Formats: sequence, C-alpha cells, structure tokens
Amino acid sequence: MKTLNAKQKTSLNGFINYGIIIVAYVIMQLLLAGDALSNKMQSLLVPVCCYIVMAISLNLTVGILGELSLGHAGFMSLGAFSGIITAAALANVMPNPILRLVIAIVVGAVIGAIGGAVIGIPVLRLRGDYLAIVTLAFGEIIKNIINVLYIGIDSEGLHIATKEANLELLEDGIAIVKGPMGAVGVTKLATFTVGAVLIIITLIVVQNLVNSRSGRAILAIRDNRIAAESVGISATKYKMMAFVTSAAIAGAAGALFGLNYSSTTAAKFDFNTSILILVFVVLGGLGNIRGSIIAAALLYILPEMLRSFNITEYRMLIYAVILIIVMLVGNNSQIKSLFGKIIPKKKGESVNG
Amino acid sequence: MKKLLTIVLVLALCLACFAGCGGKKDDATADDGTVTIKIGGIGPLTGGAATYGFATEYGAQIAVDEINALNSGIKIEYDFQDDTGVAETSVAAYNELKDWDVDVIYGCTTTAPCVAVASETFADRYFQLTPSASSPDVTAGKNNVFQMCFTDPNQGATAANFVKDNSLATKVGVIYNNGDAYSTGIAQGFIAKAGELGIEVVAEQTFPADTTTDFNVQLTACKDAGAELVFMPIYYGPASLILQQADQMGYDPIFFGGDGMDGILSIEGFDTSLAEGLMLLTPFNATSTEERTANFVNTYKERYGEVPNQFAADGYDCIYAIYEACLKIEGLADMDHAQLCEALIAVFTSGDFKVDGLTGTGMTWQVNGEVSKEAMVVEIVDGVYVQK
Repeated sequence: MKTLNAKQKTSLNGFINYGIIIVAYVIMQLLLAGDALSNKMQSLLVPVCCYIVMAISLNLTVGILGELSLGHAGFMSLGAFSGIITAAALANVMPNPILRLVIAIVVGAVIGAIGGAVIGIPVLRLRGDYLAIVTLAFGEIIKNIINVLYIGIDSEGLHIATKEANLELLEDGIAIVKGPMGAVGVTKLATFTVGAVLIIITLIVVQNLVNSRSGRAILAIRDNRIAAESVGISATKYKMMAFVTSAAIAGAAGALFGLNYSSTTAAKFDFNTSILILVFVVLGGLGNIRGSIIAAALLYILPEMLRSFNITEYRMLIYAVILIIVMLVGNNSQIKSLFGKIIPKKKGESVNG
Repeated sequence: MKKLLTIVLVLALCLACFAGCGGKKDDATADDGTVTIKIGGIGPLTGGAATYGFATEYGAQIAVDEINALNSGIKIEYDFQDDTGVAETSVAAYNELKDWDVDVIYGCTTTAPCVAVASETFADRYFQLTPSASSPDVTAGKNNVFQMCFTDPNQGATAANFVKDNSLATKVGVIYNNGDAYSTGIAQGFIAKAGELGIEVVAEQTFPADTTTDFNVQLTACKDAGAELVFMPIYYGPASLILQQADQMGYDPIFFGGDGMDGILSIEGFDTSLAEGLMLLTPFNATSTEERTANFVNTYKERYGEVPNQFAADGYDCIYAIYEACLKIEGLADMDHAQLCEALIAVFTSGDFKVDGLTGTGMTWQVNGEVSKEAMVVEIVDGVYVQK
C-alpha cells in the first residue's frame, strides 16, 4: 500500500467528499429519470440538501472553530425570509426562475453573514461559552421579530409594518410575510440540482478555508488559544472569519429551504431546529465534514422512512431511541475496535475529514 | 481506491433501498361492484398540537367505520399520517400518502402545514378538505381546497356582530396570541369589524407563543381601560389561566372566546365555576341531546376515553361530506384522483349540495372553498353550554 503524505491525504479526503455528493446526485438523477423514486423521496431531496449544508456550516463553528452555537436556525431563518422576499420582489423583473433562486440564495447568504457579524463582533472577543448563550437568544429574537413583521411589496417598493392594516399596499401589492402566518404563497423555486451545487460550493468554501493558512490558525485557536495568541494569531479575527462564513452558509441554506415550500413560518426555525442540526453535527463527528453530510442525510430521512412501518404512534419515539443508540455505540470503545478490525485503521487521520 | 469503491457501493445500496419503498401499488377498484375511495389524512400526532391531530384523526375514523358498515357501494380506506404540525413534514406526509395511491386528502389539521400541502395538491390535482385549517390563505387561489371550519376573519367578524346585536358591551378589550396565525387572524377580523360597528376597542393586548403563563399585564391593561368585555380568540389552555388570574385580581368582565375555547370545561384541575358566563363561538356542542351528536359523543368516549371537541366533530363531518359528494358522482369506479378532484369540485360548488353534520345543518360551500354554516354562540351556565 502506497503511503500518502499529510497534504495529499487532506486533499484526497476533500475529494472523497465531492465524490460522494456527485455520485449521490448522479444516482438520484438516474432514479428520477427511470421513475424509480417514490414521491416521498423526491420531496425529501431538497430539504436533505439544505440540512446537509446546515450541518457543514454548523460543523465549521462547533467542530472546527470550537465555539458552541445554539441558534443556527436563526441564521437559516434570516436567509429563508430574505430569500423569499428577494425572490418575490424580483418576480416581475426576472422571469428566469433559476437566476432568481441564485440571487435569492446570495442575498440569504449576505443577510446571514450580516447577522453573524452583528453577533460575532461583540461576543467572539470574549473567552468562554458566551457564543452559545448569545446565539440561543439570537435564534429566539429572530423568531419573535419575524412573528410580528408584515412585509408586502407593490409598485412603490417594499412595505414593512407590525400590523397587517398598517401595510398600506397599493392595488397591485401583495403581502409576502404575514406575521405569525409566515410567508405564504411563495413560488417554489428550489430544485435538487441547485441544492447539490450549493453543497458542492459549501464544501469548496469550508474545505479550502480549513486547509488554508487561516484554517490552521482557526484550528490553533480551538486547540489552545493562549498558545495561538502567543505566536501572533489574532483570535478575534480568525474566529470572526469562521463564524461569519458559517452564518453566511446557513443563510444560503435557509434561502434554498424557504423557496422549497409555499409556506414558511418563523416558528419553524426555533430552538428545536437548532438542536436538530447540532445533533447531525455531533453524531457525524465534531470537525468531521463527511460525517456531517452522512449524518444529516440519514437522520433527516430516518423519521420519514419509519412511516413505512405501521408504527405511527411510536415513530418519533423510535427515532429518539435510534439517536441515543447511535450516540452510545459511537462512543463505545469495544464496538469501535470491532469496526477497527473490519475497516483497516486509518493512520494519522486529521480532524478535517 | 478500495475505500471509495466501498462508499459508492454502500451509497448505491442505500439508495436502492429507498427507491424500493416507493414501489407499492394497491388496486383501488372493486371486486363486487363496490368502489374504494382512499382518503389520506394529515395532522400532528406528535408535538404541541397533537391533541388536535388526534381529535381530527379519531373523529374521521368513526365516520369511516360508520360509512363502511353501511355497505352502500362505496368503501373508504383511511390512513392518517403524522406531520408534527410542521410544514416541511406535512409535505413529506402528503407524499407518503401519494405513494399509497390516495384519492382524496383530508387535512391538514393545522394552518401553516395546510397552506404548504394545499399548493402541492393544487398542482397535483387532489381534492382536499380540511377540518380545521382556518386561514383564508389555505384556500386562496386554489379551487381544489375546501374548509369545514369558519375562516379566522369570518369568525372574528361574527363575534363582533354578536356583541353588537346583543348590546353586550361598548368598550371591549382584546387579548390574543400574536405568535399564532389562528389567534391573530380572528383578533384582526374582530377589531376590523368592531371598528365598522362602532364598538370601541379600548385595549389590544398580545402575548407571544412561548409565554403563556402570566397574563396580569394584559388583564390590568384591559381593566384600566374599562373594558366591559374581553375578547380572547385563543386556545382553552391559556384562556383558563386568564380566567383564573382575572378572578384573583377581582376583574369580572364578560369573557368571549372563539372555537379554540371549546374544551375548557374538560381541563383537569380547572375550577369550572370560573368559566361561568364565558361565551364562545363553537359549531359543536358535545352536551347536545340531538341523536346523531349524542351517538357520536358516546362512540368517541367508548373508544378513546374522552369527550370529543369540535376538531373531532369537524373531522367526522369532513368524511361524510366527501362520502355524500362521492354518492353524487357518476362513473366513480373509473376515475383517477385528478378526475375525481374535478368531479368533487363540481359537486361541492354546485350550490344544491348540502351536508347535514354535527357542526351544522345544510352546510354548503362557496367557490372560494369557504363553508357556509350557522355560527353558534354558547354561554357556559352551570357547567354546560347553553345556546344563545
């Protein structure tokens, strides 16, 4: 067996991730073309893409930067609603749906990044678990703000109010976001292809960031902040870099998610959703990007697959039990060594898989 | 390279497994001349709104069993899928039903998922009848979606009319949950109509969906503004707390609620004397002695051990409405879901199609999908509903 040096190994690892996504995409397209994919699986393709991107994004914050974020759904929410508004605003100007979707995703990413910067600037200067506390609050604040916002559009431009009656739309106007109703009547633009491309772009961004000079600085801060600062690495700068990138990617995923359903409510992006994504990351392995991809895809599809067995009442219970079993088995050294015998041991595997 | 190959193979296996799950096909046509209609329900069976999901599931189940016992030439196959009250899960549940070769969609129970599913059924041409998703957005722009419940703004306007017609109050306060589409919809309908009728809304108080335990601020504001009637279009859980806290602070206006208030008398540990004089809009009265209602309530109690609420009754009526509409369609056996959808739309909007159910007699539907039925206001007197 030929040996690889560390650098080759990292890039091979990265290429395997691209390979998985491309192969999965091709297989899905073949199944779609052959009409062999059930309606349910077809409807899950886009959300799975969104959650994979979310998991990679959160892994950048939690696994690679080493800061806990408990409000990642908040960034997703920002992206979703800004993406929906952008797509609706451009509906008359830009007839091409793919172009509108791409612009909406870009806007979602920008808004997500702004949200990340607003939180990051004060909080990432601190030491300790403050990011977890602040992002937790951030997620709730975003949810409650969007819950009272009414946003409409007419020929005069965007109207924003806190009551439907105060929107004062012209005849040609439509309300896009209606408070607790959320965004309704959204034109579905998201496609599986765009979702797969978004995953690839996310992988390119995250993997190149991690393997760059900045990425090594980020890893150094995670492993030992004092040592890193002693050699002249600005902790705040690199933390901001990772966190804002993570928030931007989450915003992009949110935009894709929002444009996949005709109605989206702010309540969807609550604490539970944040934790769900954190579960994907933890079960996939902190810092392990491939793990995040696989965990997000499998764990998102799992509760839907459980519908096939006639266990309606116990579906979510079984899902929870499986999560616990996976968590326990994943940490059991005996089972790990058993797997280690079956699969040849990977020597010197770096954290950024 | 071997590793890559392994991964690819494993992936391919997984995908083949997923694809295999879609393959089931049932034969929906008859063996002895009976036509089988597959009705697929969607609603939350887990999560915070599960009570309503179970009520709609059980109510419909009773109707399905009754209809199947009739041997009338139409058999109903019924499947109810959990959507956890979330739009994305609801769309997945709908696709599960599509894979089951569903003919008619019954649901969803809650509003936001229903809006998401309705646009899917509209595109795919499935007939959809919801028992309880009450926003106008559910039916807006979709000719295949019909409601069994009142729309929120209608309910608010009906309540305002009732207050005016019976001269209950001139100054009213409104307390609603501004994190909830149902509550906000009714409250805004009420406030708009009250303005037209010259009822003065002296206090408009809101609370967010997460904080439903302390209402002293909202009650004090209503009290200080001199509200003689407090309109609270909220669910019975928080409403029971409002009644308790108002009692503690010695504030005794007329309390008026929407159909979400139905069920307040069956809360465990709630002092029902506090609910005396409470008025609510409800299409269904579980204590009614009318034969069909009494039978339904008894069957429900026997099977599921609790008193059915209006969600269950709406669900029961939905199945009967679909069944009675199917009876009017010729050539039912040869129809696929899209043809059935058009035929059902034609029957529902024909004008002479009337359904008698638990939640109203002579119910008809408008072209926009809204139901026309009598609104009923009841007052709680001596622990039972008394129709006003």
